[in-house]
Amino acid sequence: MRPSDGSLLTATDIERAFGARRALAGVSLVMQPGEAILLAGPNGAGKTTLLRCLAGLARPTRGTVNVNGRALRVGDAASRRHIGMVAHQTWLHDDLTLLENFSFAARLYDLPEPKRVATAALERAGLEARAGDLPPSLSRGMQQRAAIARALLHRPDILLLDEPFSGLDAAACARLRATIADIIAGGGGAIIVSHRPEEVWEVATRVVVLRAGRVALDTPKLGSAATVMGELPELTIG
Amino acid sequence: MVNPLRATLALAARDIRAELRSRTALTSALVFAALVLVVFNFARDPTRLGAADLAPSALWITFAFGAMTTLNRGFAIEKEHGALDLLRLAPMPREAIYGGKLLANLAFVFVVEAVALPLFVLFFNRPVWHILAPVLLVTALATIGFVAVGTLLSAMAVRTRFAELMLPLLLLPFMLPPVIGGVQVTARLFADRPLSEVSGWLRLLAVYDVVFVTVSVLIFPAVADE
Repeated sequence: MRPSDGSLLTATDIERAFGARRALAGVSLVMQPGEAILLAGPNGAGKTTLLRCLAGLARPTRGTVNVNGRALRVGDAASRRHIGMVAHQTWLHDDLTLLENFSFAARLYDLPEPKRVATAALERAGLEARAGDLPPSLSRGMQQRAAIARALLHRPDILLLDEPFSGLDAAACARLRATIADIIAGGGGAIIVSHRPEEVWEVATRVVVLRAGRVALDTPKLGSAATVMGELPELTIG
Repeated sequence: MVNPLRATLALAARDIRAELRSRTALTSALVFAALVLVVFNFARDPTRLGAADLAPSALWITFAFGAMTTLNRGFAIEKEHGALDLLRLAPMPREAIYGGKLLANLAFVFVVEAVALPLFVLFFNRPVWHILAPVLLVTALATIGFVAVGTLLSAMAVRTRFAELMLPLLLLPFMLPPVIGGVQVTARLFADRPLSEVSGWLRLLAVYDVVFVTVSVLIFPAVADE
């Protein structure tokens, strides 16, 4: 059930400290259905930490995260079902084939017929020919495609993507943009961390820039990527 | 939410499948166990120390250190590609992660013990067939205890820079009660003492298992959290 404001994801005054250093210093963010947020900022701005807090993988030192109006807590496993995430690492097990990795992920989400679901996901990602291969035998780009396909396996309505275009060729980038567009058109939302705004610009509806753990800019997407990159060097510094 | 039992079994099955393919932990544990038995057998002066005196200790040292070699691997493989995050993001309780790891670790350690026991019989010339059932019972009880603690501690140790050194340091104190219990029971069984003489130790081992499995399940969510 959605909250009264209809938001998919709400972060309120998130603070995350590592010892004395504050990686996030009071970040608030609301994502509505149909939004794709480009999250940018220089290295160390707190982008990855924010994504991890939003996914429930890191506990904020202060503040709350709500998913569809429900507080995201460690014990609340059901809220996590709405989230699909692509991180810096692929989360693929080296000693399992792609098909086994995907079947296992399907089982973790209690999807019916996990093997069939896994096979279909590999086909959608154009990886069906490599289904029996171990991840280390794949190129970096193929591993990234696999990581993206695995994140989409349970059809999440909230996508948290950390540099998802890294290592992808032009066709795979276009396919990912189309997937994001489909999800937001269906009432979902995405937060996409990228140092190359032009990759995300086509699907982004909003731009949020973090600087030193704070929101430095939160604006609807206006103009072209090139114009904004000229005005906001934070978008590309990295 | 995902059925915790199904998630536990899926995780255990995945770990076993991955280990059967790589054989990283099992091979090193089996080689290590065989080596310990060989060293114990040949380092002993048979004129001063009979095999019967040394046998129970040798058996349990082999079991304990063989287990430690496999336990190190459980969470290390999750760390390699951040795969622990996949488990933590999945809509299942954290306890299911612990349960899956515990089951897989138990399977690995039981395999090591199943190979080490016949080697022990061979090297120490101690037939166990007539006392096989109680030996298996005490082995199972002691193993469940130290693997339960070891699984929890390996989740803690994997966050440190020197996980492979940390686990033995953390685990050895907790291993002592089940290993001592195992040695005491096995020594009496080898001496053909009646089962009633070891029932107290067996009860103690069972209580240890219940306490430490429960405590580990309760503590694990805090350990798994970032």
